[in-house]
Amino acid sequence: MPVTITMPALSPTMESGTLAKWLVKEGDEISSGDVIAEIETDKATMEVEAVDEGTIGKILVEAGTADVAVNAPIALLLEEGEDASALEGMTAASPAAAPAADAAPAKEAAAPEVSVAAGPAPTAADGNRIFSSPLARRLAKMNDLDLAKVTGTGPRGRIVKRDIDAAIEAGTAKAGAPAAAEAPKAAAAPAAAPAPAAGPSDAQVLKLFEEGSYELVPHDGMRKTIAKRLTEAKQTIPHFYVSVDCKLDDLLALRGQLNASAPRKDDKPTFKLSVNDMVIKALALALRDVPDANVSWTSDNMVKHKHVDVGVAVSIEGGLITPIIRRAEEKALSTISNEMKDMGKRAKERKLKPEEYQGGTTAVSNMGMMGVKSFSAVVNPPHSTILAVGAGEKRPIIEGDEIKVATMMTVTLSTDHRTVDGALGAELLKAFKGYIENPMSMLV
Amino acid sequence: MAQTEFDVIVVGSGPGGYVTAIRSSQLGLKTAIVEKNELGGICLNWGCIPTKALLRSAEIFHFMKNAKDYGLSADNVSFDLQKVVERSRGVSKQLNSGVGFLMKKNKVTVIKGTAVLEGKGALTVSGDDAGTYKAKHIILATGARPRVLPGLEPDGQLIWTYFNALKPDIMPKSLLVVGSGAIGIEFASFFNTMGADVTVVEMMPKILPVEDDEISAMARKSLEKQGIKILTEAKVTSVKKGGNNVEATIEKKGGKTEVFKADRIISAVGVQGNIENLGLEKLGIKTDRGCIVIDEFGRTNVEGIYAIGDVAGPPMLAHKAEHEGTICVEKIAGLHPHPMDKSKIPGCTYCHPQVSSVGLTEQACKAKGLDVRVGRFPFIANGKAIALGEPEGMIKTIFDKKTGQLLGAHMIGAEVTELIQGFIVAMGLETTEEELMETIFPHPTLSEMMPESVRDAYGRVIQT
Repeated sequence: MPVTITMPALSPTMESGTLAKWLVKEGDEISSGDVIAEIETDKATMEVEAVDEGTIGKILVEAGTADVAVNAPIALLLEEGEDASALEGMTAASPAAAPAADAAPAKEAAAPEVSVAAGPAPTAADGNRIFSSPLARRLAKMNDLDLAKVTGTGPRGRIVKRDIDAAIEAGTAKAGAPAAAEAPKAAAAPAAAPAPAAGPSDAQVLKLFEEGSYELVPHDGMRKTIAKRLTEAKQTIPHFYVSVDCKLDDLLALRGQLNASAPRKDDKPTFKLSVNDMVIKALALALRDVPDANVSWTSDNMVKHKHVDVGVAVSIEGGLITPIIRRAEEKALSTISNEMKDMGKRAKERKLKPEEYQGGTTAVSNMGMMGVKSFSAVVNPPHSTILAVGAGEKRPIIEGDEIKVATMMTVTLSTDHRTVDGALGAELLKAFKGYIENPMSMLV
Repeated sequence: MAQTEFDVIVVGSGPGGYVTAIRSSQLGLKTAIVEKNELGGICLNWGCIPTKALLRSAEIFHFMKNAKDYGLSADNVSFDLQKVVERSRGVSKQLNSGVGFLMKKNKVTVIKGTAVLEGKGALTVSGDDAGTYKAKHIILATGARPRVLPGLEPDGQLIWTYFNALKPDIMPKSLLVVGSGAIGIEFASFFNTMGADVTVVEMMPKILPVEDDEISAMARKSLEKQGIKILTEAKVTSVKKGGNNVEATIEKKGGKTEVFKADRIISAVGVQGNIENLGLEKLGIKTDRGCIVIDEFGRTNVEGIYAIGDVAGPPMLAHKAEHEGTICVEKIAGLHPHPMDKSKIPGCTYCHPQVSSVGLTEQACKAKGLDVRVGRFPFIANGKAIALGEPEGMIKTIFDKKTGQLLGAHMIGAEVTELIQGFIVAMGLETTEEELMETIFPHPTLSEMMPESVRDAYGRVIQT
């Protein structure tokens, strides 16, 4: 009996993915551990390894197929001694492969297109149940609508299909599913918030431009995720911003010394610290010192994290991604630096594993290398804070009563007011500034 | 002098009219109802209810004839047509007086007579309670009557309408039923069971033309097995009446004609709205194809005049009329009812096997370009059906592939007219396939076939 190879779940939250590429073809012999296909999720391309050995008998899902549900059969593997005739039953009449009554093709039967569960009755921000029909819930999910923003016209204000249809028509109530249910999903990134989703319709936008004067580029998974998550973040998180200037001269001096003294291996230094690596460490230590700010919001509880996992926004082609330095407060600068280098490289190749970019307790977005003086970033749940870092530049400062020249860097902390209040945010920034301006304290 | 001024006057006391009057009164409106014949209208005097009484007799007769299938014996099984009809009339009588009681209980004034609109807010009634009556809101619920085809004019002797077929003076040995809608098929089923040689003539390519193709085909097969002859894409072109029989010329598919001899003909070619002699023209009330034109709350183009039920257009079904009337009067009372959703009106036919449906047929889905999943579950795979000796039938469900919305449910088999409500409720509450599959249905029942049909649509059926 041929073995069915199914779509793997590359992360606990993965529901479907794009089968990007087959690295084997029908008739190829494979052994356990061989890479047979590449699968694209919203953020990464991952390799699929064979579990069993045998001959690829039939490829059921073509390369380039999007939204292949997890556990859907993607190929059939012939075991030793089997030939292609063993496939006949599998692709046509076998109940395992084609249970649908009206002779639906195997692929369709095993991978129901309705992968969006209507789910249990949702609750509003105040914890009260939102009355809605199962169909309305499913349609809201499929269309990224927030039920809390839909007006119900059914009995006693129950939300029914016509209300969802009306919201879609009017382009209102966008913002993704209720935040609580979505929280631990892929971390997108700060800055560059997309246009508000509840804006004008596609047709209305296009009407403003002359036909032929533009090109339409379909959104890929990353663009959709960025748009969805940042819209949700900016609409559901009450942001406030705190800025501070940090004197960078001592840090730059220390960085120089440390890099100069880096042990060499194969005639190459074993690390090369960047200012950003030190900013990551400083933020991690600051959050260790001010643990009340190292938290996540859930509707019932304050999630107080015991470690600081710092997400670092990395700009990549077509978007950005936020790999995470775990337990950054415990890690040596050199470790942080090398991890960043590795993950930054793999991020650009879209080869990060979901666990490398999902979660985190805070984030850093650094646009200093682009000469930006200051900016504010969008908090990326489940984080409560994100630090926007500007360029280090020489500025005149006043010390005592004298004007001096110093290298200064402006940072702006964006904060979720539900979890971190103003004074706490200020305290966190003060601690951060302390580490930056007295960088030796980071080493001990 | 009796009361002559009301908030609401309903004209016609069929199921639409009398329900509207009760709801109106419940809402605190001073209400009257005008009826020229019997309270309850066609439905409970000459339609739904007395036919069900006849069909029940036929069903029991059928059981008695087949008693041995159940290990029972019944010899010399026969019937007394007059007694069968008497029972049917008795059922109607009982319900008719029930409506009278309901009118009294709900303080609805019953005006006996024939009403004509006299202008906005006024009616002239002739008959027992003749006079002029005034109301701010007049709701026309005058119903419908059998449509008459030229050449096939009912005479009450040889060519029957349902009125005559409900009170047959003789048991025809051979019967020609023209029209295969619910009325035609129910009478065909009744007279066939009672021993008549029945032929059904239908212009459309299938019987029960509003039903799903697959269900319609199964119904046809089953009826033919019981001995009913069915001619589709055929029409009666002329009828020659004899002394106690008729000769009908039937043009069949392809233009061939054939002469059929039968004792009686039942004309069941549909119904048409009762819009005549109501004074509609005087007020300029718009009509279209024999029905009064209304908006989604039963309002005509003339303020203060409303229409509901058969006279306000298809589908001409009692339950549609009741709902339409309720919406209409609730709107009058200032409530905020939802407009009629005609996509969720069920239909039932009480032949053997029964047929019931709600929502879109598979063909309608295709025509609309909807991408669907279809599930089917046969009676033969249901324990209760086999125990009942009713292994014939099927439950079919249709879902929107993308959203899991239940678009249609179609059933044929024993008791399916009682089963369909489950899917109507599901549809009304907007459940998806998920909830239907996860609902616990009792065992052993015919209803177990319902979630199985849903599971079948999703490749998860258990028992087949």
